[in-house]
Amino acid sequence: MSTSTGSSRRVLEKGPSGWLAAPALVFFLLFAIIPLFGVLFLSFTKWDGLGEIKLDGLSSWTTVLTDPVTGNALWVTAKIMFFSFIVQAPISLLLGVFTSASQKYRAALAVLYFVPLLLSSAAVAIAYKALLDPNFGLGPGLGLPFLAQDWLGNSDLVLFVVVFVIAWQFVPFHTLIYQGGVRQIPASLYEAAQIDGAGRVQQFFAITLPQLKYTIITSSTLMVVGSLAYFDLVFVLTGGGPGYSTRLLPLHMYLTGFKANDMGAASALGVILVVIGLALALLLQRLGGKNRNASQLEGA
Amino acid sequence: MASTTQIPAPPARRAALSNKQGHKHGPQAKRTKGPGRLRPNYLGGLGGWLWLAIIIVPIYYVVVTSLKNQAGFFTSNPMMPPTEPTLDNYKLVLDNDFAMYFANSLIVTVGSVVPALLVSFMAAYAIVRGKGRFLTWTNNTFLLGLAIPLHATIIPIYWMITKAHLYDTLLALILPSIAFAIPISVLILSNFMRDVPNELFESMRLDGCSDWAMMWRLALPMTRPTVVTVGIYNALGVWNGFLFPLILTQSPSTRVLPLSLWTFQGEFSVNIPAVLASVVLATLPLLVIYVVARRQLLSGLTAGFSK
Repeated sequence: MSTSTGSSRRVLEKGPSGWLAAPALVFFLLFAIIPLFGVLFLSFTKWDGLGEIKLDGLSSWTTVLTDPVTGNALWVTAKIMFFSFIVQAPISLLLGVFTSASQKYRAALAVLYFVPLLLSSAAVAIAYKALLDPNFGLGPGLGLPFLAQDWLGNSDLVLFVVVFVIAWQFVPFHTLIYQGGVRQIPASLYEAAQIDGAGRVQQFFAITLPQLKYTIITSSTLMVVGSLAYFDLVFVLTGGGPGYSTRLLPLHMYLTGFKANDMGAASALGVILVVIGLALALLLQRLGGKNRNASQLEGA
Repeated sequence: MASTTQIPAPPARRAALSNKQGHKHGPQAKRTKGPGRLRPNYLGGLGGWLWLAIIIVPIYYVVVTSLKNQAGFFTSNPMMPPTEPTLDNYKLVLDNDFAMYFANSLIVTVGSVVPALLVSFMAAYAIVRGKGRFLTWTNNTFLLGLAIPLHATIIPIYWMITKAHLYDTLLALILPSIAFAIPISVLILSNFMRDVPNELFESMRLDGCSDWAMMWRLALPMTRPTVVTVGIYNALGVWNGFLFPLILTQSPSTRVLPLSLWTFQGEFSVNIPAVLASVVLATLPLLVIYVVARRQLLSGLTAGFSK
């Protein structure tokens, strides 16, 4: 291997010019990295979204950090992150294993499982709003009184409704990732286990689960970091309500900036969002023991 | 010395490659005689059918309701098919500029994905084949972009777009969409480009090919399936995107489909069947693609995540 790269290095002394990367870099710097610093800058200003931007020191930060709604938004975000992870992770793992097997009916089921992937979050939210209606929705339709609740108006229930709808929309995506992961496990491992007399459950814990290590890390990272992005679904489904009971951090940022016209405070919330996202991504990579790139190459 | 080190190298490489191919055949073999050889898994089957019900019931409800007239919606059982199915709701949606919103979505999607693929492909090629601190730094910047929740930057983006007098234009949606598609596209494309055997580049180089020519005549054909996959992944993201249209556009003439669902719901909130018909219509194009090219679409959805 080392000889091969040694010889190639001699032939390819220069390689392509770095300029080829310039257009992508310019776009990314302009619309992602500069705004990233921009959000930090704007958090020290006062701006209503239309008029002049005025430097305003730390006042946005004091507003945001003393406002109980911020703490509540963080708490709601943490709860949705936690519950949607513990609901989605096992279901998608099991469905991934289930759909990767050879039976024809499972392949047919998988075709239908993936249909939610085609719907936009706005479409899913609108569909569920109608479906959860206590008078004209699923409850009266199936004649099941316990389903005929004011799901979206009850502040004790609404969080779990949101978690359920998130799972409905995103479990198919993670199922797809796990299905791909399971299909890469060498068949010989299962054959050897069967010769040794291992049952299905034993095979799952002794082969499938350890072999899926990197798939689990990838899927979990996407799930946890992705839960900072459940903006559109919750925005259309509940608008953050009733009260503040589903007002996630990104939604709180949007409403503060574009509805309450306090862009300074919204920017401070944006900075908090970036810090949390980065911290989570780093933490998950630590837990995984390898960085994302390496784990992907490892799986190849 | 140089010649002796060069000779054994290619077979070793080839061995590594064939090994890899063998690995790729693995799943095929597993699928025919994998865990399926055990006795039937009743518990798994039960769970599978249960999940199907969870997926299908809402979809069934949406389709059935969209075919009811308003009176039927208020009086009939919500889960029963309509006694007099009607397409009036679809007509109402189509009469409310659906075609224009569809066209807007198409322009924004194509206008974002094609440039994003082009610049990402060039960057991936430079990162994989080139050397130097600049490219390493560029790659690290893109990797950082994957870890940041980019929508946290909507306020400065809103400011930039208004300053550039692009507010309420389709270009306002296209520009940030291109930027946000770049990190994941570069990551996946470069991962797959590393698999193109070095020997192919070397032999083309010996034939006097420039790097620019090798990019189009070797790297692109070798990674074409990945380019398609990444394109689909980005296209779905842009097509279904809601946040940028919400903050960067305003008037009906620049409205895209997901936003139109939301505004339609606001305007026709009493007419639930019509609202649900708009949901069906907005999903229909992707459903057609799903039926025609399911494998491509699904591989695009997970892009390189399970590579």
